[in-house]
Amino acid sequence: MTTDFFDIDSALSEEERAVRESVRQFVDDRVLPIIGQHYIDGHFPLDLVPVMAELGVFGANLPEEYGCAGLNNVAYGLIMQELERGDSGVRSFASVQGALAMYPIFAFGSEEQKRRYLPAMARGEVIGCFGLTEPDYGSNPSGMITMAREQKDGSWVLNGAKMWITNGSTAHIAVVWAKTNGDASDKSIRGFIVPRGTRGFTSKDQKGKLSLRASDTSELVFQDVHLPADAILPGSGGLKSPLMCLTQARYGISWGAIGAAMACYEEALDYAKNRVMFDRPIAGYQIQQQRLAEMLTEIVKAQLVSLHLGRLKDAGTMTPQQVSLAKRNNVHIATDIAREARRLLGANGILAEYASMRHMANLESVYTYEGTHDVHSLILGQAVTGLNAFK
Amino acid sequence: MNIAVCIKRVPDMESRFRIAGSGVGIDEAGLKFDISDFDAYAVEVALQLNEKAGAGEVTVICLGPDVVQEIIRKALSMGAAKGVHLKADAVPADSLAIAKALAAELKDGGYDLLLFGKHSLDAMTGGAGTMVAQLLGLPCLTAASRLEITDGKAVARRELEGAAESLTFALPAVVTIDEGIARPRYPSLKGIMAAKKKPLETRPAQLGDARVTVDKMALPAERPAGRIIGTGPDAVPELVRLLQTEAKVL
Repeated sequence: MTTDFFDIDSALSEEERAVRESVRQFVDDRVLPIIGQHYIDGHFPLDLVPVMAELGVFGANLPEEYGCAGLNNVAYGLIMQELERGDSGVRSFASVQGALAMYPIFAFGSEEQKRRYLPAMARGEVIGCFGLTEPDYGSNPSGMITMAREQKDGSWVLNGAKMWITNGSTAHIAVVWAKTNGDASDKSIRGFIVPRGTRGFTSKDQKGKLSLRASDTSELVFQDVHLPADAILPGSGGLKSPLMCLTQARYGISWGAIGAAMACYEEALDYAKNRVMFDRPIAGYQIQQQRLAEMLTEIVKAQLVSLHLGRLKDAGTMTPQQVSLAKRNNVHIATDIAREARRLLGANGILAEYASMRHMANLESVYTYEGTHDVHSLILGQAVTGLNAFK
Repeated sequence: MNIAVCIKRVPDMESRFRIAGSGVGIDEAGLKFDISDFDAYAVEVALQLNEKAGAGEVTVICLGPDVVQEIIRKALSMGAAKGVHLKADAVPADSLAIAKALAAELKDGGYDLLLFGKHSLDAMTGGAGTMVAQLLGLPCLTAASRLEITDGKAVARRELEGAAESLTFALPAVVTIDEGIARPRYPSLKGIMAAKKKPLETRPAQLGDARVTVDKMALPAERPAGRIIGTGPDAVPELVRLLQTEAKVL
């Protein structure tokens, strides 16, 4: 690929490259030919799930003993990059399944919950979603009003609603975050596994999206949902638990955004070299070269940021604030690159036959979810000044 | 079944090639390499035959410098059990030299079936498989588009111009594989992890004397730019004349 301008491949192990190549091949063969139509039709290509499971992308950085691939975090990041080179919706599916549904079960679940769910989720037989955001509580999840009350027999009754839930209507299980026993403090937040079909649990597709159209985004409603005592994730406690999941997902998103940017840059470069205007390829004009040079520069910088972040994560020294910097920067540059690529493509750039406008529209969601760009600014602001601008 | 598959490392044929400074090969800088397509089909066929039989082992063999270990490990990550790297500074241009090295390795391996791609994507000589069969005195079947083995009986299909033939043959045998027979699987991420722990033996290739060498490699001449003969019906007679006399296509 022409995007590896700094030979960053040489900083990857043979195994990391092999993982990337395998997923790249899958995306080239199976995602790129069909994704434009799925985007127009507004549904996720569910038939890709068994193939992705066979490849091993779900929870790929979780241990082999739970049926996962046991990859390091750089290899995991490269998977996210390649999936999002296809489409942010496809990457979102894998992010939610791995980082937001499997990870909390792995990190906070009982051994019995891990054995019951993780291998089946790695095989793609059980799809999960993650319910944290509520209609009135997005950037401040600590204000959530969803409440679980423990009954005398140790079982739970759950009430509330969650919104903007990726995979919400597809999922077989929802990992739902709720305050407990009437305590309004975010310290009372616990995680619950809610299987589809549980009485009182309904989901509804969110209609009218102009972004992430090849992805299931749903609203979840819980009305007097009775859950057994073993539905709770015993290790979860406080807002910190779901935020740990978000750190995992945001890490993957920082890589994924690079994939979308690479796809747009490659498309723009190829188009510029072949599109003739005023008797020569538009790539020969300074204004397009400036565009391409900017895109390439930002991609290289983002690649280096995520690669080093991955090495820190593997070393166990990565901080959530570093993840904020990477997510904020990489998604931001990807949105700019997608828009510039679309412009370079002229009128053709508005067609679904080309990928840039699809990525451009998708990335507006990626810019907004998993901590908006602005929230990450405040996290960084707090990290460097010691002053909390949230309150 | 005990199956050996001989594979070759080749550059991505969609690349823009440059001639190396030596003038007798390509400049490998910046090129992406992989298992030659027909060889990858052969690996897939071998894996499927053993999966269907529920038993057996696939060994992949590759000749060349140390860099070929990367494609051996790719075959291992697809599911082959072990790899053999026959180390040589370069892959010779003489198919017989290659075949002798492969035959020396394969001779006492106890293999039931030796698979090759029908030819490599880069050199396209298609010699190694048939020559190994000759050297080992084994039956040889080329360009198989289907291969089935039941109870030790092997049946293969070959595509001919406007027809197809079905052949039965005895094992052990050499079969070279055509396209369309099987779509190579993606190495799974677990497979990639597992490949690290699989045995990969390296030994010097016992190359025969190379009696064929490359003297010179050249890129095809640049195509001359198109020429506008004229416009409208008046230009047709001249166009037809040039197509007959100059382009010689009519």
